[in-house]
Amino acid sequence: MEKQWYTISVYSENNVGLLNRISGIFLKRHINIESLNVSKSEIENVSKFTIVINTTEDWTRKIVNQIEKQIEVIKAFYHTDDETIYQESALFKIASHLLFDERQIQNIIKESKSQIVTVNREFFVLAKTGRRHEIDEMHEALEPYGIMQFVRSGRIAVTKAAMPISEILAEFQD
Amino acid sequence: METLKAQKKEEKKKTSMRITGAEAIIHCLLEEGVNLIYGYPGGAIMPVYDELYKFQDKLTHILTRHEQGATHAAQGFARVTGKVGVAMATSGPGATNLVTGLADAQIDSTPMVCITGQVPRHLLGSDAFQETDIVGISTPVTKWNYQITKASEIPEIMAKAFYIARSGRPGPVLIDITKNAQFDELDFAYEKCTGVRSYKPVPQPDMKAIEKAAELINKAKKPYIVFGQGVILGEAEVQLKALVEKAGIPAAWTILGLSALDTEHPMNVGMVGMHGNYGPNVLTNECDVLLAIGMRFDDRVTGSLDTYAKQAKIIHFEIDPAEVNKNVNADVAVMGNAKQTLELLLPLVNENEHKEWRAEFDKKYKIEFDTVIEKDIHPTKEGLTMGEVIEQINLASDQKAVIVTDVGQHQMITCRYAKFRQSKSNITSGGLGTMGFALPAAIGAKMGAMDREVVAVIGDGGYQMTIQELGVIFQHNVPVKIVVLNNEHLGMVRQWQELFFESRYASTVMTNPDFVKIAEGYHIKSRRVEKREDLTEAVQEMMSSKDPYFLEVRVEKEDNVFPMIPSGASVADIRLK
Ligand SMILES: Cc1ncc(C[n+]2csc(CCOP(=O)(O)OP(=O)(O)O)c2C)c(N)n1
Repeated sequence: MEKQWYTISVYSENNVGLLNRISGIFLKRHINIESLNVSKSEIENVSKFTIVINTTEDWTRKIVNQIEKQIEVIKAFYHTDDETIYQESALFKIASHLLFDERQIQNIIKESKSQIVTVNREFFVLAKTGRRHEIDEMHEALEPYGIMQFVRSGRIAVTKAAMPISEILAEFQD
Repeated sequence: METLKAQKKEEKKKTSMRITGAEAIIHCLLEEGVNLIYGYPGGAIMPVYDELYKFQDKLTHILTRHEQGATHAAQGFARVTGKVGVAMATSGPGATNLVTGLADAQIDSTPMVCITGQVPRHLLGSDAFQETDIVGISTPVTKWNYQITKASEIPEIMAKAFYIARSGRPGPVLIDITKNAQFDELDFAYEKCTGVRSYKPVPQPDMKAIEKAAELINKAKKPYIVFGQGVILGEAEVQLKALVEKAGIPAAWTILGLSALDTEHPMNVGMVGMHGNYGPNVLTNECDVLLAIGMRFDDRVTGSLDTYAKQAKIIHFEIDPAEVNKNVNADVAVMGNAKQTLELLLPLVNENEHKEWRAEFDKKYKIEFDTVIEKDIHPTKEGLTMGEVIEQINLASDQKAVIVTDVGQHQMITCRYAKFRQSKSNITSGGLGTMGFALPAAIGAKMGAMDREVVAVIGDGGYQMTIQELGVIFQHNVPVKIVVLNNEHLGMVRQWQELFFESRYASTVMTNPDFVKIAEGYHIKSRRVEKREDLTEAVQEMMSSKDPYFLEVRVEKEDNVFPMIPSGASVADIRLK
């Protein structure tokens, strides 16, 4: 079976130990977590883990089953890129004098549709949200001028199809 | 709804009492019907031990000689009774000594609650004396775990622990309790847990899947059942038997399923897996419909998956969704508790006999009998065999004993030849293969079933891994019968070395102590058998003893267990020699 990108969405109770339990499931099978994001979800007191992996569908399904088996996990789903709307964010910290010394930088900023978050005498910070390749392209463009710091977030995603978490929670309550 | 809740809270307040966390733990155990626990004290759990002292008329604590022994004893208790076993230990080394038992209980789905003491909350993360992150360490080997740092959490978390341990597919739960939470006071009121919002222990059976299963079964010419521990855990023994009889389906078992169906039932065709019976393995690849009931297609059962039952339609009766299509893809997955699903299935299956198909198993049995079984249980060579010892135990116990095995050749031989009439009678470490399991597990099994004979069959290697538990047998006069089959080798590993490593016996030869003297040191009646003519009488003497009894049998040093599916080979390629 072919490997591809899968986004796993896990809805869970807020619990300290759960991240350890979930990451162990990947560790045990030598599957690299490409990106991980934990946040609140659309439902009060329910957390959402967004995990990106590159593997076969068979492995993804087995992993999702194992995740769902954990006591505090309400429901876990997996989706291909086509089935989700997804984004990543990145921050670039760049020396301020470059804005004036390297005119090209201003063009890069404009074309990249990034935002300037802050500017001071020493540095300015650009924030870029988009697909990974867009962020990579921007990184490539800026790199020759010198990037003081760079960081990229994990993927966040919502699915095109509905996620019936409230219904599932109601079912649990029966 | 709201008023009801408020009312409940009000009632709770009325019946609550102000006590320490340590005392609350005892009350939780009593509320859960626990009156026997195993454990070992130490600094971080001392407040609870102090309460155990005060409550000793209600709650018996057995001091095992090692925390691992406490877990296996709790497992043995759980496996014969179906109840949750409880083990307790202090922080640090006490807690880490529980890990093997937790892993064993996790892989064999044994309901167990382990309670560990922990350094006080304000010292957490400071590398305090005997601080160890047992919640982190035990995460991969527990169904659930939790650290309590406030006394007020105790009742709810303990209730949840017991609920999770015993519900659905059972498993071990570890609760770590900081020392301050043991000392501090709380308003104690207990409410049993009946559900956890994010946890669905038993999937709803789907009638469509059951109908589909019945259709396949009714059309089948060569249907075949392989059942596992799910039948025992789900208490579906009666339903399994009814299905086997009504639909005339030959049934084989995994070693954890053993004893769920009378060994001598005419449709019981024996054991599957690496050292299982010839017919049940070979015919796996000839059946047309395979009903896997409460079993998880472990690699020691299936051999190579690429050649496992490819010709058959597979119906998987399973409680745990994560097991479906994990190793073997199911044509029909019947989710739910086995008792419930089999009950729904039964009226839909037609009566049948499948005589010719059943006779195939007899033909294969004849081959196995002539090449293997006869020599194992009625040997003509000089040395004693493990098989003949088990045969004598069958005779002397009238097939009514609980038999607890350790891990190795003696385990495979026992599972092959032991006979059972009653469920929950074969206690062994299946999934983890934990040497050292049997002696403490036998103690727990006996204390859980005082009206039954409990015989531990152990190798000379594994025996020495938890031999210190003889101290418990002596101190509490636990009348277990211990049989050590002494071949002066780590037999099973030696067998592999002989077959696959050109007989290079690397570290598998053992110079053993005088086991009889050791047992005598613990004032346990003991005897050694070296000759065939003494065996029957010695086993009878052991079985009729009211007290604990130790029997060492010197067996052939270099016997092998056959049949055998070499690892990675197909079930069809099982070797008879
Ligand atoms: C704790 C542990 N360590 C190592 C093993 C690997 N192992 C499996 S069987 C076996 C030999 C067991 O020897 P013995 O207890 O004498 O039993 P026999 O096979 O001779 O019946 C060993 C070392 C194991 N299963 N468990």
